[in-house]
Amino acid sequence: MTALLASFACGLVFAIGLALGGMTQPSKVVGFLDFTGAWDPSLAFVMGGALAVHALLGRFVRARPRPMFSAAFTLPTRNDIDARLVAGSAIFGVGWGLGGFCPGPSLVALGGGMDAALVVVPAMLAGMLLHDRWFAPRVNRPLRSGEGLAAVR
Amino acid sequence: MEHFTPFSSLAGGMLIGLSATGLLLLLGRIAGISGIVGGLLAGEDLPWRGAFVGGLLAGGLLTSVFHPAALTMTLDRSKPALAIAGLLVGFGSRLGSGCTSGHGVCGISRGSTRSIVATMVFMSTGAVTALVITQLFAGAV
Repeated sequence: MTALLASFACGLVFAIGLALGGMTQPSKVVGFLDFTGAWDPSLAFVMGGALAVHALLGRFVRARPRPMFSAAFTLPTRNDIDARLVAGSAIFGVGWGLGGFCPGPSLVALGGGMDAALVVVPAMLAGMLLHDRWFAPRVNRPLRSGEGLAAVR
Repeated sequence: MEHFTPFSSLAGGMLIGLSATGLLLLLGRIAGISGIVGGLLAGEDLPWRGAFVGGLLAGGLLTSVFHPAALTMTLDRSKPALAIAGLLVGFGSRLGSGCTSGHGVCGISRGSTRSIVATMVFMSTGAVTALVITQLFAGAV
């Protein structure tokens, strides 16, 4: 129960951060990405603020033996740069530059009743399902020597 | 530099960093929204994922009450364009194992080369896409 409240609280703070940072205004996102237009560096300040806090504090947190309300940390383990990482990031970037929404802000926008989110969020969920349920199972390949399952997931 | 909001953006970013640190400290999880939602769609660990997404939605609701100006859409985008954008963001984030929060904030904070590369790639394609729309489509699609 405490863990659920903690998770909810984190989501709430995250949302407030996004809204305060201007990231629920797609024009500010595109205003940053399109550096040839009337450039708005705000997004960089959002990123910078987030990194300044999380890069510093995260080190102390990860040094702990375990999280407070969970048995262990669940952290990514992969270190390789593969085609999926690059292709996926590239595709994500196109969608982000096109709509000015990424997953977090789109959900905050949905909660806030933004019309655009009513289109973006279902489409985003559809895109996720398209990958997870249709694309990924079809491209899973035999493991190469030394690879773990994580390499094909 | 138009519409530049250095202080609120920095403050907002710091709250995001605080939230991510909180999720890591309390639940030991990465605050990568695409990963959290993807897991939700797969029916994994519904309680904490649902709670986190609930927090995002609740935050949106609060914003609509106390600071509705933060929720304005001034981009000229048709419904089909928004749908395609959403599709690409959804598909791409799952294929690439993360998004701006997962890779950009959490991954870079851990010094992950994968995340640094991912962020550089999506920033680049994002920039090209945005400027193509501005320059070739007069900012309206």
